[in-house]
Amino acid sequence: MGGILQWFTDPAHWSGSDGVPVRILEHIYYALLTLLVAAVIAIPLGLYVGHTGHGRFLVVSSANSLRALPTLGVLVLAVVGFGVGLGPALAALVVLAVPPILAGTYAGVQAVDRAVVDAAHGMGMSEREVLFKVELPNALPLIIGGLRSATLQVISTATIAAYVALGGLGRYIIDGLSVRDYAEMVAGSILLALLAIAADLALAGLQRAIVSPGLRTPRRIRRPAAA
Amino acid sequence: MIWGWIPRNVDLIVDRTVEHIWLALVPVFLGLIVSVPLGWLATTTATARNVVITVTGLLYTVPSLALIVMLPLVLGTQILNPLNVVVALTIYTVALLVRSVADALDAVPRVVIDAATAMGYSQLRRFVAVELPLAIPVIVAGLRVAVVSNTSLVTVGALVGLGGLGQLFTEGFQRDIPSEILAGIVLVLLLALVFDGVLTLVGRAVTPWTRVGAGAGR
Repeated sequence: MGGILQWFTDPAHWSGSDGVPVRILEHIYYALLTLLVAAVIAIPLGLYVGHTGHGRFLVVSSANSLRALPTLGVLVLAVVGFGVGLGPALAALVVLAVPPILAGTYAGVQAVDRAVVDAAHGMGMSEREVLFKVELPNALPLIIGGLRSATLQVISTATIAAYVALGGLGRYIIDGLSVRDYAEMVAGSILLALLAIAADLALAGLQRAIVSPGLRTPRRIRRPAAA
Repeated sequence: MIWGWIPRNVDLIVDRTVEHIWLALVPVFLGLIVSVPLGWLATTTATARNVVITVTGLLYTVPSLALIVMLPLVLGTQILNPLNVVVALTIYTVALLVRSVADALDAVPRVVIDAATAMGYSQLRRFVAVELPLAIPVIVAGLRVAVVSNTSLVTVGALVGLGGLGQLFTEGFQRDIPSEILAGIVLVLLLALVFDGVLTLVGRAVTPWTRVGAGAGR
């Protein structure tokens, strides 16, 4: 325990290219870049599938089976196959971040009350208006829910990226392990846990800020179907 | 790609697979045992529910590698002890399942509970014989998510000691053998698929009443 406190109070760990601020920024940079690319792919696709119903089976089954995909394996395979560097690692992270966002977006649009959509049509809204003015705002809570799980996944997996020679907070864990410096490993883990919690809270805040107040009252717990 | 690696290392693959099965399933059993009382606790009062859901939600947020590294501080184990992986995965299972258990118990129809009470069931017997069985379908749905994500999370343990098939990833990476990594990924996916299927069947076998009347045209 004392060693960990010492690690945190050592000024040498707070500056330079392997200091805490740089490592945190690197981690956030990987996560943001990944999430941005993943969202650009997954949200339009999810909206399309949710609105039209085309490819529904593919989305649902891929989201389920990709949950089982071991992140470490995908990352390591990408690096062995395409070389060490930011590109292959980020590509692997994107592959892992797309399914939760896609599933959230699709489920969000799908779950919009049919009566609401019919009313929108009845009022003379075009398909585009129905999608962007009715379905999208109503789907926001689930879309952000998908983004939240993707964010956790990405922050978690970006740690493993240190194993394939990238930066970020995972460096402390991987480097600490190789030189048997347990204090460094724990310090890295604490920072990582704090980052994950902060990111999750930030997204929860975003959800509160942009979701329409009309949707905010907790829905009655729907009786889960016997599946 | 050197496919020859796979036939030459069948023994190793089998060993790792067996290890993986243990590491993935033991936490699910332990997690289920912990989650049922905790889930019940969450249904008792609004405060209990908030505390249980918040704490488990927070634990779920902690990245797996960080949790595995921090656990020795709490458990007093060595960093390379496989127990760290098992406990970490148990925590994730509990974090996933408690919600399912609480939601499932909440969804038990009030009239059924009242009927059991009127028939003279004690509180404990009513819980075990009426509420818990009716909650099984939702709990099984939660268990399926837990077992599938555990099967994939075990591999993270390979970075710090024991990771079942995850060791095929770290070794394949260090020795530059893509087919070893690929074999690991495919086996993890297969295991997850099998566990998921078995759980679904078990869930159906222990809840015969969910199918009665389904075909009788309600």
